[in-house]
Amino acid sequence: MLTPGQYAQLWNGMLATVQILAGAFALGIFLSLVVGVGRLSDRRWVRGISFGFVEFARGISSIILLFIMVIAIPILLGDMIPWLRGRSVAVLGALALGVNMGGYGAEIIRGSILAIPKGQTEASIALNLNPTQRLRYVVLPQALRIILPPMGNLTIEILKGTALVSVVGGFDLMRATQNQIASMLARGAIGVTVLFVNVLVIYFILAQGVNALFRLAERALDRRFQQRPASKGVRIDATVGAETDG
Amino acid sequence: MADDTPHTQQAVDEPSQEGGDAPAQPAFDLEVEQSHKWYRRPDVLVPVTLVVLGLSLLAIVPAPSGRFSSQFSPGREVSFGWDYFFHLLPQMLRGLYTTARATVLGFLIAATLGMVMAMLRRSQNRVVSLPTAFLIEFIRSTPILVQMFFAQVLVRSVDWLSLNPIVILFLVLGIHYATYASEAYRAGINSVPKGQWEAAVALNLDPVTKWTRIIIPQAIPNVLPTLGNYLVAAFKDAPIGDAVLSTAGVLFFANTIRAEDFRPVEPYLLIGVGFLLVSLPAAWLVRRLEAHIAYERG
Repeated sequence: MLTPGQYAQLWNGMLATVQILAGAFALGIFLSLVVGVGRLSDRRWVRGISFGFVEFARGISSIILLFIMVIAIPILLGDMIPWLRGRSVAVLGALALGVNMGGYGAEIIRGSILAIPKGQTEASIALNLNPTQRLRYVVLPQALRIILPPMGNLTIEILKGTALVSVVGGFDLMRATQNQIASMLARGAIGVTVLFVNVLVIYFILAQGVNALFRLAERALDRRFQQRPASKGVRIDATVGAETDG
Repeated sequence: MADDTPHTQQAVDEPSQEGGDAPAQPAFDLEVEQSHKWYRRPDVLVPVTLVVLGLSLLAIVPAPSGRFSSQFSPGREVSFGWDYFFHLLPQMLRGLYTTARATVLGFLIAATLGMVMAMLRRSQNRVVSLPTAFLIEFIRSTPILVQMFFAQVLVRSVDWLSLNPIVILFLVLGIHYATYASEAYRAGINSVPKGQWEAAVALNLDPVTKWTRIIIPQAIPNVLPTLGNYLVAAFKDAPIGDAVLSTAGVLFFANTIRAEDFRPVEPYLLIGVGFLLVSLPAAWLVRRLEAHIAYERG
């Protein structure tokens, strides 16, 4: 067990970790959607770029991506993109983790879109919905049930990845822990072991929290699918007589 | 391989010999019986041998030792020095080799320990299966970085225990990915159709025969692609050991060069490129394996 002061420190670190996770998650979901849909585009160059992004984001190690994003990129591209200069490590780290999550998430979204029966898309073409409306109102709402469980696992992977931000000098739960080590050393190496057991438990609880949130979302979604009509009150304006490009 | 060729030829030759005496036999009756033993099929044996040989070479031969350092560095006005970049390449490969070696040795632990964990998890005895399930869940949902720190201080706090940093890296990677592997094994075992289990009971096979001749041979093909994906994932996590335990992998190389020359851009981009050059082909191979197994399954 630790002193209350130490728990307060760890609490601050945990909040920072959750913030980094939130940033990475927001960017990750956005990239997943854009790239996942892009991988199924009719345009060849869109498919190519999306494929390149996915291969890059999934192929590179997240810790190396963090080093590149936090240390190399601001020096290399700082002149071209002034925004990058003077960003905090937490922001750049969330950026790197978001890119990482986007690569994996895009494949989840691509797979789930492919898993939706073709008749759904064909029916929405028959109803003269444009490609955006097809995705927004027909395909993605159904795909969401397939997306949620693997996305929850991916979010836990990214939560584990946030600990790496401390390695490149950011403040998070892991950095808060390392700041405690000096004071714990007075109690010998056993004290540090106890400290790390506490941190492991905190990460475990955070992961279970993420898990529970995704379970709740799944249950809410299932309930929405059981109540009919699902699209009550949604009015979709399909342009009559417009050319279809499907 | 050598055994397979005469066997196939015989099957092809036979109908042509019979063709003279018995013309009534239709030609399409010809059936080349393919051996189902995987070690008698060259298309399986050759890649498996190559992979096993490559991985065991990697596991046995350590990287040449020596510290990382550069002969020269470009001036401050150069934002990206290409000759410097290529000058660092051989040393980066040395670091990459160490990282790959740690991954392979760690994964060897993971693959075996994962099987043990999967078996304990399946145990009928709840006193065994519940703690195992909790342990798997706990290790899976905590960062490997923290686990490495934890292992490091644990080794330090135990007087009689002294381990090399690289050994701690093998062990942590091994235990972390054993939990993933155990889930993969569990899914593979569960994917064996129920009829097979019932047949094994009906034939009164003892548990050892049931597992080694019925269940595991059918579970392995389903598990292999997942294990391959985790091998790639473990490779991506191995550089964390450089940051925590100072093992001489790619990230250690980049950090050393950065501290020496104060030029972070080239080494970090170089290790990024080096990483992609290994992990992309590896991921591609795993995908091919997956497609191949799906094809064989029909």
